[in-house]
Amino acid sequence: MEYEIIVVGGGHAGIEASHISSFKGHKTLLITINKKNIGDMPCNPSIGGTAKGIIVREIDALGGLMGQIADESHFQIKMLNNSKGPAVRSLRAQADKITYPKNMQKTLENMPNLDILEGTVEDLIIENKKVKGVVLENGEKIYAQSVILTTGTYLKANVLIGSENTPSGPHGEKRSNHLSDNLKKYGFTIQRLKTGTPQRIKADSIDFSKMQPEYGDDKYWTFSFDKKPSYKINEQQKCFLIYTNENTHKVILDNLDKSAMYGGFVTGIGPRYCPSIEDKLVRFKDKERHQLFLEPESLYYDEWYLQGFSTSMPRDIQELMVHSLSGLENAVISKYAYAIEYDAIDPLQITPSLESKVIEGIFTAGQINGTSGYEEAAGQGLIAGINASLKLEQKEPLILKRNDAYIGVLIDDLITKGTAEPYRMLTSRAEFRLILRHDNADLRLRDYAHQVGSITEQQYKNYQERLQKIQEGEKYLQETKLKITPEIKEIFAKNQKEIPNITDSLYNLLKRPEITIEFLEKIIEIPMDNQTKEELEIQIKYEGYIKKTYKEVEKMKKLEEKMIPKDIDYQKVKNLASEARQKLEKVRPISLGQAARISGVNPSDISILSVYLKKEYGKDE
Amino acid sequence: MDRTIAAISTNNIGVGAINIIRISGEEAIEIVSKIFTNKKFPKAPSHTIHYGFIKDNEKILDEVLVMLMRAPKTYTKEDVVEINCHGGSMTANKIVELLYKNGAVPAEPGEFTKRAFLNGRINLLEAESIEDLLEAKNENARKMALNGVSGKTTKLIESLREKMVSLLANIEVNIDYPEYTDELQITKENITPVLTEIKEELNKIVEESQNGKIIKNGINIAIIGRPNVGKSSLLNALLEEDKAIVTDISGTTRDIVEGSIIYQGISFNFIDTAGIRETEDIVEKIGVEKSKRVQATSDLTILVLNNNEKLTKEDEELLKTIINQKAIIFINKTDLEKKLPELSIEKPIIYGSTKERKGIEELKEEIIQIFSLEDVSHKNLACLFNTRQIALAKLALQSINHVIKENKKDIPVDMLAIDIKEAWENLGKIIGEAYEEELVDNIFKRFCLGK
Repeated sequence: MEYEIIVVGGGHAGIEASHISSFKGHKTLLITINKKNIGDMPCNPSIGGTAKGIIVREIDALGGLMGQIADESHFQIKMLNNSKGPAVRSLRAQADKITYPKNMQKTLENMPNLDILEGTVEDLIIENKKVKGVVLENGEKIYAQSVILTTGTYLKANVLIGSENTPSGPHGEKRSNHLSDNLKKYGFTIQRLKTGTPQRIKADSIDFSKMQPEYGDDKYWTFSFDKKPSYKINEQQKCFLIYTNENTHKVILDNLDKSAMYGGFVTGIGPRYCPSIEDKLVRFKDKERHQLFLEPESLYYDEWYLQGFSTSMPRDIQELMVHSLSGLENAVISKYAYAIEYDAIDPLQITPSLESKVIEGIFTAGQINGTSGYEEAAGQGLIAGINASLKLEQKEPLILKRNDAYIGVLIDDLITKGTAEPYRMLTSRAEFRLILRHDNADLRLRDYAHQVGSITEQQYKNYQERLQKIQEGEKYLQETKLKITPEIKEIFAKNQKEIPNITDSLYNLLKRPEITIEFLEKIIEIPMDNQTKEELEIQIKYEGYIKKTYKEVEKMKKLEEKMIPKDIDYQKVKNLASEARQKLEKVRPISLGQAARISGVNPSDISILSVYLKKEYGKDE
Repeated sequence: MDRTIAAISTNNIGVGAINIIRISGEEAIEIVSKIFTNKKFPKAPSHTIHYGFIKDNEKILDEVLVMLMRAPKTYTKEDVVEINCHGGSMTANKIVELLYKNGAVPAEPGEFTKRAFLNGRINLLEAESIEDLLEAKNENARKMALNGVSGKTTKLIESLREKMVSLLANIEVNIDYPEYTDELQITKENITPVLTEIKEELNKIVEESQNGKIIKNGINIAIIGRPNVGKSSLLNALLEEDKAIVTDISGTTRDIVEGSIIYQGISFNFIDTAGIRETEDIVEKIGVEKSKRVQATSDLTILVLNNNEKLTKEDEELLKTIINQKAIIFINKTDLEKKLPELSIEKPIIYGSTKERKGIEELKEEIIQIFSLEDVSHKNLACLFNTRQIALAKLALQSINHVIKENKKDIPVDMLAIDIKEAWENLGKIIGEAYEEELVDNIFKRFCLGK
């Protein structure tokens, strides 16, 4: 059997990778341990969230599936950070754990050029530092020009509950026993990471009356730029907020030595941003309570996800912990929380296109690269799929810059700084977040997508139509003047807005912080759809800040454009600090800009390097 | 390979009793060995002093002491040799030329320090401080330079940055974890007080730093006045009092400085107003124009008037030029009959007589007061003292002021965060650190979040 591209793993990264390569016309094989788990959400029942929701929109702009499928499969959606400003707004949907994978599987099954095979990959076929295919557990060999590894938490996975340590993938699935050892043999650096997931609680054992409900928005939203909403606002499900209390803390602290983490049974490095509840208590002793959220997993079964209560305590202690919570006194735990350890590669060994530096033709995406989160995985999977395809087409890879997309920030961070813990995207990681907004993901990325052939003609047309609407809308706002009549003065006064002195264009009025389109519509008709209004309002109102951000981008670009030759010998660059030299050797940055972001490489090293480049290659002014 | 550099390291060539020539680089020892008669020198251990002669072929140039400092425990982390030769520019210049002939290259200005910095011997702030130390002109400036080296400024800036990062991390955590409403929610109301506090402290630093600049470079003073009112005798009186320390100051102002004195640790640099003095037979207009021009390059103007004459039209013109300036009026010739009317101008007036040496001390005291420098020599100075650092601090102030202003309007916190972060980064640049990761680390360090 021979394919152009083989994707190993059917999680969120693998889905996007195999979908896009088959969409681009390449004969693709998706190999997964269990077909039924394609698109599974083994942890939280939501898609999106701060920064992550923007990634989902970027995936959609680039032709990926996550946004579309999430739109079809959720029972609650809301815009986060509405009040905190346009740069940080982000959608989050409570996705149905049954519907989402089902819709995903259906979509993949209908893809031409895509075969799906159940099996476990345990080795690769490597010749002259190039990948030629994969070897299954049963010894069967399948050949391909490129292999995309999206193995998630399945490499040598161990599930930990208290002192119990079971070699297993999530939900007792089979793990891959030998692939990571074989990767090591081929020159990959393997690191051990850890993550965890909290308890699932039976719905009918929860006393919701003691909890604070959290609702979806009363406004329609979609992740996808090409789809209309397919849900009903009033049919959305509630989530609930609860708190830990003194009793909970006592149970945990009294039993600390029984937890896998504190009992010393875990070797993997867990993330700082989603510590287990015992971690939180130890690190933040003074906090009297911690927030927890109860979220329904699906409309088709009755389990609830207890967000914030992830732990590696033994089962009996978990019972005590859960029962200490208000409303969960009689709760029935249907799944205990567990920690999971797994092998990942060192992301410093991958290039910006997500191809391995070690073996040609191997691409990696998702948790194997040291990230955490469905959205982060999907974003990488999509880029890996696009770039593996472009390689087959002998075209330049798609490399998104830090000012293009969160996906660009994500990949650049990984390959430049590496990661010692599962990496989660945060808006604070993006220095240009004001221009990486949820509302403009298509404006930022659809041209790239069109160029690399990852979207349909219809999707491109939708984007062009939107561009046109925005241009026309802008013209309308500039040309429409608001005459300040006594009646209009009154409307301003009634809404506590400063009354303009002279007749002015709507455009100029919108520049004032307190004047919104919504307010102007009380006075004058603004013939535009909501998306166009939103886009223009942001662009006009925050023009000064946006311009400033672009200036910063320009500054960065100068260093970014100073390319470092691939064959540079850092041993020959005199006077580099030895730590910097080691890091540069390892990362082999493509530009001075990337070099400057490596931790341990100081400004003086960059100045030395730039002097060297100028001397040796006549580059760098 | 970096070239071996050499230069005369002592200032004011020809003035002192000795000159020091510094050579740094891989070939430093080898090159000096070629011209130094002491045969033990090339093999000698590090940090030793050697006596001998510098010879150009067979001709002896000077009798010298040579210090040998092997890498890496040297100023530049390279091999460093220092030759102590006799004073006078001739000898030192000849030795340096000889070094160049034998393979060394001239050091660019500040290159030793640059190497120290590039080789990781000193950090950015220290590099700048040492630069300043080398240039320090007087006692106060030297004290200030040492403060920088010892990291006192760094500590001050760090404490401000700490306050900012704690605010920023809180804003970021509110943004990235919006559902965690238990954490302190940063709102318009609590941003302004924090920033106002930082602003005040930063203002203090900038103010003090501007004084700092004056401490380092001195006050440039123009003495203006119509001919024959006694400008030159005032200048002489001022200079004469401290004749022993009258020096030229180097740098950009050298050409126009007539002479400097150091008073209470501060340099007073008198700007040449020769132009005005020599316009006696030219139309008075030119005199006024000239004095305006001189005033533009000075920090303070002393207008000299004659007690023994009525106010002339030219005097009135000159009085007009100082209205918006830092200025002192010195009324000279009080030994003669008072003919000058009372002046209605809000500037300090000192009466005196250069002939009787009266009023000179008062004048100097007034200068110190105008710049509120009275107790500067007793203050424990911790401020920024080069233009780049002050500029960065001012930029940070600008951003903070912008946030405070914008925060009065309906500007969302994500926009405000941009300027707060910018201010934080600019302060970071002063002390040579501004890493993104620092902020993310802070978020996790300070807040408790999780799944």
